[in-house]
Amino acid sequence: MKRFFMKFFAIVFALTALFLFSSGCEQKVAEKKESAPAETEKPQVAEEKVLVFGRGGDSVGLDPAYETDGNSFMVCDNIYEALVFYKDESTALEPGLAESWDISPDGKTYTFNLRKGVQFHDGTPFNANAVVFSIGRMMKDRQVKFYGKDWDIPAQERPPEYWVSMEMDKTVGAIEAVDDYTVVFKLKRVEAPFLANMGMDFADIISPTAFLKNPKEFLRNPVGTGPFKFVSWVKDDRIILEKFNDYWDKSSGPYLDKVVFRSIPENSVRFLELKTGNIHICQFPDPADIALAKEDPNLILPTQPGMNIGYLSFNHTKEPWKSNVNLRKAIAHAIDRKAIVDNIYQGMGQVAKNPIPPTMWGYNTAIPGFKYDPELAKEYLEKAGYQGGKGLGEITLWSMPVPRPYNPKGVKIGEAMSADLAKVGITAKVVTFEWGTYLKRQREQPPEMDLFQLGWTGDNGDPDNFLAVLFDGLASSSIRTQWHNQKYHDLMVKGRQTIDQAKRAEIYKEAQQLIFDECAVISVAHSTVIWPAQKNVANFKLHPTGSVRLKNVALN
Amino acid sequence: MLAYIIRRILILIPTLLGVSIIVFLMLHLTPGDPAELLLGERATEEALEELRVHLGLKEPLHVQYGMFLKRLMKGDLGETIWTRQKVWIEVKQRFPATIELAVVALCISCFFGMIFGIISATKQYSIFDYVSMVGALAGVSMPIFWLGLVFMIIFSLNLGWLPLSGRLSTGVDLEVITNFYILDAILTRNWPAFRDAVWHIIMPAVTLSTIPMAIVARMTRSAMLEVLRQDYIKTAKAKGLSRFKVIFKHALRNALIPVVTTIGLQFGVALGGAILTETIFAWPGVGKWMYDAVMQRDYMVIQGGTLFIAALFVVINLCVDVLYAIINPRISVQ
Repeated sequence: MKRFFMKFFAIVFALTALFLFSSGCEQKVAEKKESAPAETEKPQVAEEKVLVFGRGGDSVGLDPAYETDGNSFMVCDNIYEALVFYKDESTALEPGLAESWDISPDGKTYTFNLRKGVQFHDGTPFNANAVVFSIGRMMKDRQVKFYGKDWDIPAQERPPEYWVSMEMDKTVGAIEAVDDYTVVFKLKRVEAPFLANMGMDFADIISPTAFLKNPKEFLRNPVGTGPFKFVSWVKDDRIILEKFNDYWDKSSGPYLDKVVFRSIPENSVRFLELKTGNIHICQFPDPADIALAKEDPNLILPTQPGMNIGYLSFNHTKEPWKSNVNLRKAIAHAIDRKAIVDNIYQGMGQVAKNPIPPTMWGYNTAIPGFKYDPELAKEYLEKAGYQGGKGLGEITLWSMPVPRPYNPKGVKIGEAMSADLAKVGITAKVVTFEWGTYLKRQREQPPEMDLFQLGWTGDNGDPDNFLAVLFDGLASSSIRTQWHNQKYHDLMVKGRQTIDQAKRAEIYKEAQQLIFDECAVISVAHSTVIWPAQKNVANFKLHPTGSVRLKNVALN
Repeated sequence: MLAYIIRRILILIPTLLGVSIIVFLMLHLTPGDPAELLLGERATEEALEELRVHLGLKEPLHVQYGMFLKRLMKGDLGETIWTRQKVWIEVKQRFPATIELAVVALCISCFFGMIFGIISATKQYSIFDYVSMVGALAGVSMPIFWLGLVFMIIFSLNLGWLPLSGRLSTGVDLEVITNFYILDAILTRNWPAFRDAVWHIIMPAVTLSTIPMAIVARMTRSAMLEVLRQDYIKTAKAKGLSRFKVIFKHALRNALIPVVTTIGLQFGVALGGAILTETIFAWPGVGKWMYDAVMQRDYMVIQGGTLFIAALFVVINLCVDVLYAIINPRISVQ
């Protein structure tokens, strides 16, 4: 017994001694070096260019067809490529893995001519069969035709979320490889945003050979054609990519030898890591830290107006909101959106006039937007039949419980709105739920919901991806704003079925005018994305879709 | 003794079954839907339905639990909802990080806590006693989150002595065998990685150790004070034994029982308390993993993780009980 007792203490002491000893050793080494203290932490080794990207969370998986979150897509953006690319800092399309494309006059057949001499990271060639395989695996009813050899596509592990959410099965009828470098997509319906959809992450092209090796593990062993190839992944810690030496486009990069995506959950710690020089780019810092970053001569502030909208809408399935346009306008004029942007977005945003961001084609600049004018709001309230808010009772204002890219603090914004409404005599109670419940109950449009906050981050830069998906209630009961307006619905259908972009732009301008006239929704703000970076990071541009493209980035 | 240990291990089975039922019911009866959270704002009714069917969420609760138990019998904790990975593999990746952190933190808190406690007790009402007990009070009441940030600002940002966050520096390579980085570095004789791993664990471990250290110090002090007043201590002193022998051989050993209980409990607390520490220090352990799983309603992760933690708790309790008998022969394991 005595021995046991002695042993127990011996172990505790030994461990502690070992621990202290090793710390002591390290300190001596550090002293000897007499150089920058946290030197081991410096990511940049002289001969190797290693960029460390600090972000808030880890990727979920790296199979683009099945992911839904930004942290997964930002890594996929550098491993994979799609048939069409979005240009730098815009969502205008340019050739990607497809050099060119033809659209049939009826708008239902898309022929993609693929780039030659492109290789996957595993050394297999990129060709038409790879396209048929990558996109075809997402189809429920696999109408696919390979060229030469036949590939057997395994059953889906789970529904490919983006493909299903974007109703691609209703659009794509069949995919066919005509020869090694030509792929034909036959559509079931005319769908103008189709080409833009083909630039989205879910439409990335994967190596069929690598996928078939172990379909269940592909999301952890990704193989694409992108500028960087996957090396390793320590869960919740880091993902390491390295330069793909056989990358097809040598004109501008890749200049980095390695990229490390580090997960640092705490915003302020991530910013401290940037300040000490341990990471090169800091995603989503706290707004308060932006001011510090501005003063730091070693940091730069890449900035991009986000392709998003935070909005406040009405329960259009019930009265009085359904048919009382004056009441809706009263609310719109009563809310001081500028104060919300200044104080709650802390300047990282701009007051919205339309529900699509101003950088998007088809944006209607002629619309003045709602002015903050409590007196006008009172007039509208009177016209609506609720003078001084009388007869309206206590209304509910559903506010989001979690920060989203388009809305940093839902409940705070709800409280600010409620205070504004009180000034014109409307009593609004701020209501919130757990996020999943919020999303679910909001879609059900329950009678106890009067006003609700929500928002959207664009996927593909097409106005249809905002205007139809968010507000065309007649299209589906899943649309978040159940505003039923036949004229608007007709415009949305027409927009989708018109291929010419100039004509489509006119259609969407008209739609925005209609939303404004009818006050179907109150567009609150478009947030601005600022990710501070080290001064030696060159060519880093934020993209409106939120994707992180490091191909052109260099370390000086 | 062996029969006792086997019996205690067998009790694990009903304990874990109970834990699994409670966790399962709590999870499924609280609002929230993993399908909604996975799809977010873009969810359509159709996509949600497909996903719910795929995840087996459309089945009645007892069927879902039955499926879970059936898998568990085969030693399969299932597959996570978000990352589509075997829960067991995720556990294996993350638990070593947390246990490594908790063990180092506990070593620090035991060592310093007991030393402070013993000195305070033997020098009661001295200036050292007051200072260490006020320090202990401060240690218990210090918010870990705040303390972690203060440490970071002092030791990393200003002095540059310690790395800010993570388990290893970006440029350091380590062949991972057990996922206990310090151990792996020793096994592979990778001394730069060993140094780096130790360097990284200091700040989070010290942060995590503050509360247990304070509790151990106070517990040791009060237990020692009580023992030091006993007659046999007077006898020992009268016998002319050295002060060291009296304190460490006669007094401490008898005072250890409540201290060991506290340490055992603190190990469990350290595992749970690691959530905050792991979040601040970007430590890729189980705390942050479970927290995210709760926020995302990843039922499989929560069930698997809770079962594992519960099993660990039972084993630690058992160890503490066995230690009692070792420390004090008057207690027999019955």
